[in-house]
Amino acid sequence: MFSIYCPYCEEHREEEEFHAKGQAHIARPRDPESCSDKEWGEYLYFRDNPRGLHHELWVHAAGCRKFFNITRDTQNYEIKETYKIEAEPRITATQAQ
Amino acid sequence: MEKYSGFGLLKHALSYHENWQRAWRNPTPKKKYDVVIVGGGGHGLATAYYLAKEHHITNIAVVEKGYLGGGNTARNTTIVRSNYLWDESSHLYEHAMKLWEGLSQDLNYNVMFSQRGVLNLGHTLQDMRDIQRRVSANRLNGIDSEVLDTQQVADIVPIMDCSPNTRYPVLGASWQPRAGVARHDAVAWGYARAADQLGVDLIQQCEVVDILTEDGAAVGVETRQHGTIKADRIGCVVAGNSSVLAKMAGFNLPLESHPLQALVSEPIKPILDTVVMSNHVHGYVSQSDKGDLVIGAGIDGYNGYGQRGSYGTIEHTIQAIVELFPIFSRVRMNRQWGGIVDTCPDACPIISDTPVENLFFNCGWGTGGFKATPGSGHVFAATLAKGEAHELARPFSMFRFHDGALIDEHGAAGVAH
Ligand SMILES: Cc1cc2nc3c(=O)[nH]c(=O)nc-3n(C[C@H](O)[C@H](O)[C@H](O)COP(=O)(O)OP(=O)(O)OC[C@H]3O[C@@H](n4cnc5c(N)ncnc54)[C@H](O)[C@@H]3O)c2cc1C
Ligand SMILES: [Zn+2]
Repeated sequence: MFSIYCPYCEEHREEEEFHAKGQAHIARPRDPESCSDKEWGEYLYFRDNPRGLHHELWVHAAGCRKFFNITRDTQNYEIKETYKIEAEPRITATQAQ
Repeated sequence: MEKYSGFGLLKHALSYHENWQRAWRNPTPKKKYDVVIVGGGGHGLATAYYLAKEHHITNIAVVEKGYLGGGNTARNTTIVRSNYLWDESSHLYEHAMKLWEGLSQDLNYNVMFSQRGVLNLGHTLQDMRDIQRRVSANRLNGIDSEVLDTQQVADIVPIMDCSPNTRYPVLGASWQPRAGVARHDAVAWGYARAADQLGVDLIQQCEVVDILTEDGAAVGVETRQHGTIKADRIGCVVAGNSSVLAKMAGFNLPLESHPLQALVSEPIKPILDTVVMSNHVHGYVSQSDKGDLVIGAGIDGYNGYGQRGSYGTIEHTIQAIVELFPIFSRVRMNRQWGGIVDTCPDACPIISDTPVENLFFNCGWGTGGFKATPGSGHVFAATLAKGEAHELARPFSMFRFHDGALIDEHGAAGVAH
């Protein structure tokens, strides 16, 4: 069970209040109409899914209902940081190496 | 290799069962193979077996980082059924079902396939409409499938609370009599033994750390323990680790790896002689031949490679099970564990060529691939042998996520199983 710090509520809360929403920082193509099928498919469905550091989108569903990001290790599940939706992660895989 | 039989059992009893042959060899890898299969789970081992048996390619290695069948194959709740909605998937799963029906004989290994029937419960009007639709589709595809009402369900499972007073009353179910369960370990061991007998090298404790390519084509694998192993063709069958292997070859897959948990109770006397699944309250349960209740939970929402999930997920499942089976409320749970499942956006597998020539992937089985083990191995073997997709595998190309030809099985696969 995770204890997650919500950057908006500024409090640690139980995992049960949150929902994981997958990979973070996926930019919607600026002009979807000009995407090839491949580009659009990759945007919709293809994911990094790393074994290790992962930047992911979460929502505080039973709390403030805001979306925010978590950097988490997918092997030992350690939460490295949580940050607001518009922010960039401070901890990245290239750094860690 | 010695053939298993009743007579053999008697003969070995005379020497106190101390002289059984080893079920497979433990070879050191050769420098080069025709085909290298990465991943020694049920699907990888089945692939190797059918390659050797039906396509007469025997210069094969199965490379496994842990021990054979130690991944999801050993961690699943062993439900086998074929009542999927769409033609593409029901053909594939039914192909597997037909192979299951003769598997113990074919492998000369008792996989304890028990066709005790599977119930998929409906708790709402919409559930029942979906069940009607799926059962009708199944029947058109020649798959045994029936719609049952509440009373018929109660007749099959008298210990289930089918009264109208529950929070989610049982309104009926779909019923596949030929469905059931099998012994997961035996499936891996049976395929391993039979493949070894045909000359396949099973190499355990050998982790692939890189996929070697030349001019856009795969030429071998780099392993942690045994260095380079060359291959003409490579088939990756590594379930939850598929994205990791794909990254080694330089591309992404439309997959996410999630923990999926299960738990078993202490052994109790026979009380449940079929399999009960419910999408709506999200739980599924059967009783193993040892007597323990085998209960499967849902996936955890986050990505994870840790082979464990959160406690809350199990708690939700147990709530659903106890609501359906008040009689189980004081049964004690014995063990609990997790596997890493590779979920695909349309809840269907990927059996496919890839952007890298001579490199093929069989993955994306997510929460429900055990039931497909024989069929998956069979069609993937044909795909590897010919270098192009087997007819039944063709709709399951990874490139369907580029052209949009998805096969949405979320309804039939809705509960992790
Ligand atoms: C809790 C749970 C319950 C389930 N219940 C059901 C069910 O009731 N019915 C059903 O049909 N399905 C069920 N499933 C799904 C089913 O278990 C899987 O779809 C199926 O077993 C996958 O088989 P596999 O051989 O592809 O994978 P695995 O058995 O996971 O084999 C993959 C192998 O690849 C190896 N590997 C990974 N990386 C490397 C590497 N780099 N180098 C070498 N080897 C590597 C792993 O060690 C592993 O042994 C369940 C899964 C779980 C976790
Ligand atoms: Zn909050």
